[in-house]
Amino acid sequence: MSSKKKKSVKPPAEEKPNELRVQKIKAGTVIDHITAGNSLAVLQILGITGREGDVISIAMNVHSKRLGKKDIIKVESREITADEINRIALVAPKATINIIRNYKIHTKMRIEVPDEIIGIVRCENPSCITNNERGIKSHFSVVDRSPVTLRCTYCKRISSQDYLVEQLQGSP
Amino acid sequence: MVSLTVKNLISIADLSTKEILTILDLAEKMESIIHGPKPSTLLAGKILASLFYEPSTRTRLSFESAMARLGGSTITVADISASSVAKGESLADTIRTVDNYADVIVLRHPQEGAAQWAAEVSKVPVVNAGDGAGRHPTQTLLDLSTIRKSQGRLENLNIAVLGDLRFGRTVHSLSYAITRFTKRLYCISPPGLELPDEIVMDLKEQGKEVIETTDLKGILPELDVLYATRIQKERFPTPADYEKVRGVFRIDKAMLEGVKSNLDILHPLPRVDEIAPEIDETPYARYFTQMFQGVLVRMAILSLLLEVNTK
Repeated sequence: MSSKKKKSVKPPAEEKPNELRVQKIKAGTVIDHITAGNSLAVLQILGITGREGDVISIAMNVHSKRLGKKDIIKVESREITADEINRIALVAPKATINIIRNYKIHTKMRIEVPDEIIGIVRCENPSCITNNERGIKSHFSVVDRSPVTLRCTYCKRISSQDYLVEQLQGSP
Repeated sequence: MVSLTVKNLISIADLSTKEILTILDLAEKMESIIHGPKPSTLLAGKILASLFYEPSTRTRLSFESAMARLGGSTITVADISASSVAKGESLADTIRTVDNYADVIVLRHPQEGAAQWAAEVSKVPVVNAGDGAGRHPTQTLLDLSTIRKSQGRLENLNIAVLGDLRFGRTVHSLSYAITRFTKRLYCISPPGLELPDEIVMDLKEQGKEVIETTDLKGILPELDVLYATRIQKERFPTPADYEKVRGVFRIDKAMLEGVKSNLDILHPLPRVDEIAPEIDETPYARYFTQMFQGVLVRMAILSLLLEVNTK
């Protein structure tokens, strides 16, 4: 029987206390500083169901110096587009987007809620012309950025962030 | 030559206070045309298209009267359900058709924002004659005209809006307009029919005081103007919801004891049971005067939007 001393095994990074339980990704997108609890809405916006086969890591309600609590999503093998960033802005206005290539941050972007949101979400008002007429895009001006609050430029109704999250979670 | 900076009239917010006063001043001058010896030809050769997707008596007829008083003519769809709308034609397509036939379009539509959408696709000016529970700027201008004529001013009056403040579009437009001249607005409504949050928020941001109360009798003695409105039955989801709030506030003669002598009671009409008929004979009733101001104001608006020389 060998008297070889048993090697101490270093615990993998994800098992360290107080650290994220996810590893660096080779390529893809890391969405950080998502409003705590809204990561599932973000996945919905990105059209990620889990059935696509890509590796997805989600951390919810983790500690954040800036936000207190936050969610994080890592999407391997996929770089999200500018249009998707705008959609994410509605439910995660303080998120940062890191595009990863070869384990390194290739591009770092902070989400900025635009002054106007066009054609992304529906107006909360069922009697708004944008919910009843063909060929018209919804159009909102942003009246508050945190939490995101939109005012329909047609009917002037205010849509709250809760409504936007609910709607975006429900839309494919 | 007086003119407006806007091509369309969709919302009171489109107008500066100076432009509002320009319209009211011009409306006053229009009275001499109505009572003058010769018919006006100011809008001769001009055509107004009247598109009403919802019922109307006063707004529709006063626009058509205003156009006729100025020598113009009107084309209309007598029953919108007998037009291509019944075949599913979009509002945009209807507007793109009608703007080939007319110089100005007056639109009433059940959906909020419809007039703005129409203005975006139309080649000719569009006037919002009421969009759902949204806005009704020409009604507001005639309300202001009535108040100014009766009170001699618009500034610093104590004004209360009463009734269905949630769905009543005339109240929405009036709230924005009258608070350009006053510091506060009293709002009296049954529970659930309060002024929409976004309007209250806007007014407060402008430094205005919005006093919401259900005590009509308590504040009546302080008022210069009481603007009563009908509960909008057609905008309630069920008849039972409507019956819960119908007739909660009714103004009768007994309630008017102790009011200011200059009190004006306005109502955009039609009324149901908010104002007892006995009020009609009192010196406070202004709702039939409003109807005449409606023609004058719409004459002014049409002439300004059609950019004719009104001196």
